[in-house]
Amino acid sequence: MKIKRQAISLDDLDWKILQALQENAKQTYSETGRLLNVAHSTIYERIKKMEEHGIIKKYTTVVNLERAGMKYITAVMSIITNPKESEEVAEKLSAFNNVLEVYTSLSEELLIIAKVVAEDQSDLHSFIAHSVAPLPGVLRIRTSIVTKKHKEEGLAVGLNPSLSIKSRRRQIAREGQGT
Amino acid sequence: MEPASRILRKVLREEAFYFFSSIGNYIGQNAASLEEFLEKIKEVNSRSLEFHLYRGDFEKWVDEVLGDAWLAERIKVLRSQKLAGDQLKDQLHLTLLKRYNELKKDLPQSV
Repeated sequence: MKIKRQAISLDDLDWKILQALQENAKQTYSETGRLLNVAHSTIYERIKKMEEHGIIKKYTTVVNLERAGMKYITAVMSIITNPKESEEVAEKLSAFNNVLEVYTSLSEELLIIAKVVAEDQSDLHSFIAHSVAPLPGVLRIRTSIVTKKHKEEGLAVGLNPSLSIKSRRRQIAREGQGT
Repeated sequence: MEPASRILRKVLREEAFYFFSSIGNYIGQNAASLEEFLEKIKEVNSRSLEFHLYRGDFEKWVDEVLGDAWLAERIKVLRSQKLAGDQLKDQLHLTLLKRYNELKKDLPQSV
C-alpha cells in the first residue's frame, strides 16, 4: 500500500488480502499468509494499515436467515423524489432497520434505490404505504420483489476478477488431504 | 366536536390514504380528507381502485382514520358486488358523494 498526498493506492497483495478476507474474515493471519505465500507478519501489517486508513471498514457476519428459521422477502424500491428533498428522503429511509441499502441515482428524474426486507408481501406493502409513501418529497414508488438471488459479492472481489485465489485455496486443501 | 366535522377533517400526512396500483407501487396520488378522497377517486385509474377495494383498504381507512363506520359498511357492500373498471369507479364515487353531501348538511352553520 502506498500513500501519496493522502491518496492511497493498494498493490496486488493488498487486493488479494481483501479478497481472502471477503471470502472468510475469520481466517488467521497465518492461514491468509499460507494462502498467499506470504509471511503472516506481512499479512498482519497490511491488514492493520488498511484498518487504520479505513479501507477495511468493519468485519461483519452474513446471516443465512432461512437457515435461522426466518421467512422473509427482499424487494428493491425505486423512489422518484422531489430533487430538493431527496437527501432527506434517503436519510430517513436509511434509518429504518428493514432497509438494507440506499442509493441515490443520476437519471432524468432523481431516483432513490433501496433494498428492503419484509416478512411477506403484506408486511412489505404496509411498510411502503405507511412509512415510505408519506415521506415529504416522495413522488412515486416502483417496487420489484426479488424472486431469486443469483450473485452477491463484495466490491474488492468484483473489481478484481483476475485475482482468483479460489484455486490456491483448493490446492492447499488438497495438500492437507495428502499429508 | 360534531361527528360530521370530525369525519370531514383533514388528517395528518402520515394518516392520509396513498394510492397504489399493486403491492409497493405508489402512483403519486393521496388524499388527506374525505373531500380529497372523493376527488381522487375520479382521477386515479380503475386498476388502483380495484387493488385497494378488494384488499379492504378503503373501508379500513374510512373506518379507522376518518372514523366513519357507516361509510365503511357501504364500501364493504360495494366490495361484495364484485364491480370492476368504470362501473366500480362510478359506484364508489356515487357512494362517497352521497355520504359527503349528507355530512356537509350536518355541519353546524357558521354565523
